[in-house]
Amino acid sequence: MTERSYVEVNDLRRVFDVSKPWLNRVLEGGEKQYLKAVDGVSFSIAKGETFALVGESGSGKSTVARMVVGLLPPTSGEVMIDGVSMSSHAALGERQRLRRRIQMIFQDPYASLNPRWQVDRIVAEPIRAFRLIESEKAITDRVGELLSLVGLHPADGRKYPHEFSGGQRQRIAIARALASNAEFIVCDEPTSALDVSVQAQILNLMRDLQDRLGLTYLFISHNLAVVRHMASRIGVMYLGRIVEISNGRELFSQPKHPYTRMLLDAVPDVGMTGRQRIPVKGEIPNPISPPSGCTFNPRCPFANDRCRTEVPPLLGGVACHAIHEGRLAIDAAA
Amino acid sequence: MAEGIQAAPAPQAQPTSWAGRFFDSDVWASFKRSKLTMAAAFLTAVFMAAAVLAGVLSPQDPFDPAQLELMNSRLPPLWNAEGQAPFMLGTDEQGRDILSAILYGLRISLAVGFLGVAFSATLGIALGLIAGYVGGTVDAFIMRVADVQLTFPAILIALLVDGVVKAVLGGQLDEMMTLSVLVFSIGLSFWVQYARTVRGSVMVEKNKDYIAAARLIGLPAPVIMFRHVLPNVLGPVLVIATINLALAIITEATLSFLGTGMPETMPSLGTLIRIGNNYLFSGEWWIVAFPGIALALLVLAINLLGDWLRDALNPRLR
Repeated sequence: MTERSYVEVNDLRRVFDVSKPWLNRVLEGGEKQYLKAVDGVSFSIAKGETFALVGESGSGKSTVARMVVGLLPPTSGEVMIDGVSMSSHAALGERQRLRRRIQMIFQDPYASLNPRWQVDRIVAEPIRAFRLIESEKAITDRVGELLSLVGLHPADGRKYPHEFSGGQRQRIAIARALASNAEFIVCDEPTSALDVSVQAQILNLMRDLQDRLGLTYLFISHNLAVVRHMASRIGVMYLGRIVEISNGRELFSQPKHPYTRMLLDAVPDVGMTGRQRIPVKGEIPNPISPPSGCTFNPRCPFANDRCRTEVPPLLGGVACHAIHEGRLAIDAAA
Repeated sequence: MAEGIQAAPAPQAQPTSWAGRFFDSDVWASFKRSKLTMAAAFLTAVFMAAAVLAGVLSPQDPFDPAQLELMNSRLPPLWNAEGQAPFMLGTDEQGRDILSAILYGLRISLAVGFLGVAFSATLGIALGLIAGYVGGTVDAFIMRVADVQLTFPAILIALLVDGVVKAVLGGQLDEMMTLSVLVFSIGLSFWVQYARTVRGSVMVEKNKDYIAAARLIGLPAPVIMFRHVLPNVLGPVLVIATINLALAIITEATLSFLGTGMPETMPSLGTLIRIGNNYLFSGEWWIVAFPGIALALLVLAINLLGDWLRDALNPRLR
């Protein structure tokens, strides 16, 4: 990429301690157990771009999202947003200023709004927290403006979250994310809790806002159709690692990694009727004891001995020995 | 940016005032359905009104020794042949009008009850909030202290605290100091239940995304705890507080009955029962009976209210 990237994620790792309590370990025996939720993830996002992370449940997408916004400290690695590190203590003051520009939209709109607060207080909270506007009158005006921006009525601000549908609540969550004039919004499966018809409305609203306000999105999803609609670049995650990164269209027309091909083949599509498919084999392994080498090797039809021992690096947008060695051709016709 | 992306319909008029929403709620509807609850609420209201208006209603100030006449001591109730005019429920051995003493005693019992509940609830909520939100060692420490305290009966803790505080303060305590010590000891013996309940709710709430949204904008932990978490965990606390109000009143009465509570110069209901107990076998039953009945009715009414509130706020029983 020629332009300077806005978000830079370098070799991000997160390990969770999932051992039994100390007393149980002493009495029953057993080792400490660690779960590598995210294992060396790197990517960059340009300003105004939508970068999507896709993957099955448990692949570490949401953990990456939480580390990027700073809700969860990484075990190692670094997140740089607009040149400011999110993890080092030296940048504390700058990070505080950066917080205003980073917001998050959560998966469950029923849990992401405080049920005891009126909507206008929820939307106004970031404005008050960052002291963006001082006078109460101006805050009220701004909240009304934000609510109309996301397709709600300014008078809706007097209501409580339980008076709204899931889609409307997600609109409120978007209004809250925009309240601090955020530039970078991390969306953790923002539509997976919604009806299909409402999903499209929310996605279109998010694209529309991106065009108007020049927002940058990190978009987490397991739904390939949603990702295809939204993303300019896509990273495919499998067991805490990125196995493939490519431009949006390319991923769907020329999938490289066997896992990506398997995912795409699993998407029902009228045009593919009659074509031979690679069936989805097996399940995602237990991340506490992941397979050695390439973590996808037990499910991969092209795996050989090297795949079982050596972790493939991410080269040319794909982490696969078979592709690197030329054993597996990039199938342009898919 | 003023125009919306799509026209949203104007929202319907809703009762927005606090009172309007209350009379619209399920809780109010369930209150109106239950005759027993309404009777209990009425009785509680009568007791509270009587306690507040004690100075106006009672024919005598039982705390003022100048108004007491030994000539009038141990008079039976008015409907008895030996009853005398102003003393409707008779008098005790100091010539104190029982009705006046009950009204003033109610005031003390309710005051100790309310203050004790307020103290224990504040303590319990604060500790539960901190334990649940901070977690780790702090949580383990607070909850182990709570567990240890739970192994003792509340009345024993109250007696212990009462005794220790009185020994520390030393000498003769005046009535208001005794009352404060009672509130303190009752508060210390009832905080555990609040702490455990609040901690449980906090641990559920703190993992919800609205807390993450608040952390995201850099709010400090105490602000998140009080602004976001606290209002969402107070529902069960209200029920416990109501039931504990009755318990606190009983505990105060027990302490006074055992002689470590309110002194005879400023009797609470429990003190009156203790005084009356001495005269029970000489046939002066009214000294113990009327304060006893008042205490039983008060506690029963508050307990009925608490039971109703518990059911009304429980979504699984609706």
